[in-house]
Amino acid sequence: MTKEERLKKRHRAEKRFRFYGLTSIFVALLFVVILVQNIFSKGSSAFKKTVITTEVFFDQELLEIQNGASQEEIMEADFYDIMIENLIKAYPAKDRDEEDELLKLFSGDAEIEIKKAFLNDNNLIGKTITLDLTASDDIDQLHKGNYPRDLPEERRRISDFQLVIYDYFVENKKINKNFNNYFFNNGDSRDPELAGIGGALVGSFYSILICLLLAFPVAVLASIYLEEFAPKNKITDFIEININNLAAVPSIVYGLLALQILLATIQLPRSTPLVAGITLALMTLPRIIIPCRASLKAVPPSIREGALAVGASKFQSVFHHVVPLALPGTLSGTIIGLAQALGETAPLILIGMVAFVVDIPSSPVDPSSSLPVQVYLWSESAERGFVEKTSATIMMLLSFLIVMNFIAVYLRQKFEKRWN
Amino acid sequence: MNIVLIFLITIFSVSLFFYGKSKTKTISLKDNIKLNALPKFYGYYLVLWCSIPALVFLLVWSLFEPVIIKSIIIETAANQGAIFSDKNEANLIYEKIKAIHLGTYFGDIDSILRESALAYAKFINLFTNSKVVLIFGIIIASVIYSLKKIKNNNKARDDVEVILKGLLFVSSLIAILTTLGIIFSLLFESIKFFSVINIFDYLFGTNWSPQRAFVRDASSITAAEFEELKDAFGFIPLIAGTSFIAFIAMLVAVPIGLFSGIYMAEYASIKVRRISKPIIEILAGIPTVVYGFFAALTVGPFFRQVGENLGLTVSSESALAAGLIMGIMIIPYVSSLSDDVINSVPQSLRDGSYAVGATKSETIKQVVIPAALPGIIGSVLLAVSRAIGETMIVVMAAGLAANLTINPLESTTTITTQIVMILVGDQEFDSPKTQSAFALGLTLFIATLILNYIAQRAVKKYREKYD
Repeated sequence: MTKEERLKKRHRAEKRFRFYGLTSIFVALLFVVILVQNIFSKGSSAFKKTVITTEVFFDQELLEIQNGASQEEIMEADFYDIMIENLIKAYPAKDRDEEDELLKLFSGDAEIEIKKAFLNDNNLIGKTITLDLTASDDIDQLHKGNYPRDLPEERRRISDFQLVIYDYFVENKKINKNFNNYFFNNGDSRDPELAGIGGALVGSFYSILICLLLAFPVAVLASIYLEEFAPKNKITDFIEININNLAAVPSIVYGLLALQILLATIQLPRSTPLVAGITLALMTLPRIIIPCRASLKAVPPSIREGALAVGASKFQSVFHHVVPLALPGTLSGTIIGLAQALGETAPLILIGMVAFVVDIPSSPVDPSSSLPVQVYLWSESAERGFVEKTSATIMMLLSFLIVMNFIAVYLRQKFEKRWN
Repeated sequence: MNIVLIFLITIFSVSLFFYGKSKTKTISLKDNIKLNALPKFYGYYLVLWCSIPALVFLLVWSLFEPVIIKSIIIETAANQGAIFSDKNEANLIYEKIKAIHLGTYFGDIDSILRESALAYAKFINLFTNSKVVLIFGIIIASVIYSLKKIKNNNKARDDVEVILKGLLFVSSLIAILTTLGIIFSLLFESIKFFSVINIFDYLFGTNWSPQRAFVRDASSITAAEFEELKDAFGFIPLIAGTSFIAFIAMLVAVPIGLFSGIYMAEYASIKVRRISKPIIEILAGIPTVVYGFFAALTVGPFFRQVGENLGLTVSSESALAAGLIMGIMIIPYVSSLSDDVINSVPQSLRDGSYAVGATKSETIKQVVIPAALPGIIGSVLLAVSRAIGETMIVVMAAGLAANLTINPLESTTTITTQIVMILVGDQEFDSPKTQSAFALGLTLFIATLILNYIAQRAVKKYREKYD
């Protein structure tokens, strides 16, 4: 091998090496794109729901209330017959079986939707109105194109006759897509078309709020102590090692801690945002202390010395000068810690947040779910409608995380002083 | 009740602040003494003395009150003839008594329950009253003490600072308390577990099937059941599955992460670096439940489809899918840390290598990486510890049955998956099955602790070398 050949070979190796590096960055970036694209393409349809435009006639004979009935009377009244009478008129069905199949195209909440319309206007008896009633999950998925209709009938959840009705609806423009208010307002449900993340949103909000209230003050005070006041001795070293180790403990271990101490020993109520918040606070604490200490450390000693030189006490120099200067870094570290806590699932599963909760929690001691746990729960469900619901929940979760991280970056870039 | 108390304590404290401030001012004016601190510090001093002892007392009381009342009530119920054979039934009776007291119980109430409910009401009343009395006693005592202090014109600022410094110290102790809490809660249940299951049967058993441990009361099992239990809790399949999935993850994460780290540290322009580094770090910020969903619903079925086309049987919960996705999640842990580590290799080493005619890649391979090796190994170990502690991906995408296999296309389970599976839903306390979850947690805790310790030592040693 001549000198030139060897040099060429070495340069080829150089190029290859560079190419490997570029490829791996590209692969990592590609994966981010694939993941986001996959979630968005599956989830974006969940923000709309399929509705069937139906004429509803409020027949006096089928209702036991009068025009102008009070709210309680309407709530107590039975709208079932009205619902059946009106829904079977949506399509000319021939016999009882066909009527049953027709009724199955509507969601289980059709009766409540009709009742709500009457609640809005209690003078409807004897009148006919057109209502957009939520369609069942199967029709919803079919209309959104997520459901193949060319399968043989026995492998489909929708019968041939229901497809005929569906085509009739489409032809007469009776089927539409509206904004999916249920997705944001409702709690969990066994029916995908009625299930929503309202409960999970509130649950997550309470958990994160409690986590913030507990973790932030303690983390700031602890990092001030360790960075500014702690004497160099064994106790301080031990605390430091402890904090570093705690930050690396798997999150599920915090779930076991909460199960044993918070639920079994102190007997706090299971499945509640209160327990979730305390668990997440314990978990987030070391993850906040580390960036807090870093931002305190970044404040140059001259600031402290200047304050001490004009007669401030150690305390005054720290609290009047160092802490305000370190605040942007502290806050952004806290927000990033909270963002991690918001996406945490495993410890919440162990403290029982996987319970099926329909009601939206009204306080932190009500049983509830949280956004990531809702993702887990729905992803285990077999119904096709839950796939888009899960993806849409992930979209909501990711957008919260993006906003939080954006705020953290903004705080740091806008307010943090650079010391050179 | 507690909220009212906290509200009262707050009001007291605020009014004491103003009282202390004006009081010291008048003293100094009247007697013409020079105060040892600004008047507001006397206010702070009173506030701290008024609030901290009372709040600490309230917290401790609230933690222990329910436990104590419960044990008293269960005892009274037992004295009155209530029959319960184990803890669960006792708990049930206690809940009933509580519900009767609150008026939310609609079942049959017999005389035992009624009497116990009355006793419960009596004790609740007693405890609440004594709590209020004690809190006011504490407030009065501490306020009298502190008022006396400020009348003597103490150095209020110094005293306030001492108290606050104590507060700071206590905050930093919470980390230690958390660690202790983890260790005790894991050890407590694990010891109970190992008193039934021999620790060697656990560590070296090759069969994991905790659903066989149906016995509820661990203390009264027959010899046959004991034999059955003995080989229901073998740890080997779990550690094998965990390491296998972690190994697949590292096969993905180490090359991609390391090469990205090298490229970003050595080749990339500032602009490329500024854009690509945060985007790669997005991968670490995505909640793991999202990866789990992606692995279970997209990647798993995709592999299965590909396998079918190639004529292979691929489980839809294959170790490969879980490991691959976990590897992608870990990429940023490897890339960011190795990027940092490579950046801290001194430029003089590179310059020396260039000076003898090496190309850039030769310099990296033969000078930079060997110099940075301890740090890189540390970052890989940290990534391994993330991988074995990772829960949601494997719960959603890996299997539930413990198979001893090295075929990546089959399903296998992990330590974390089993913890979740055992503890989800109804738990029977005091059953070896529930306790085994804590034993697994303890094993996991120790394993990650050791890995992290070695990794941190490696990185630290390396840093010291070049700092």
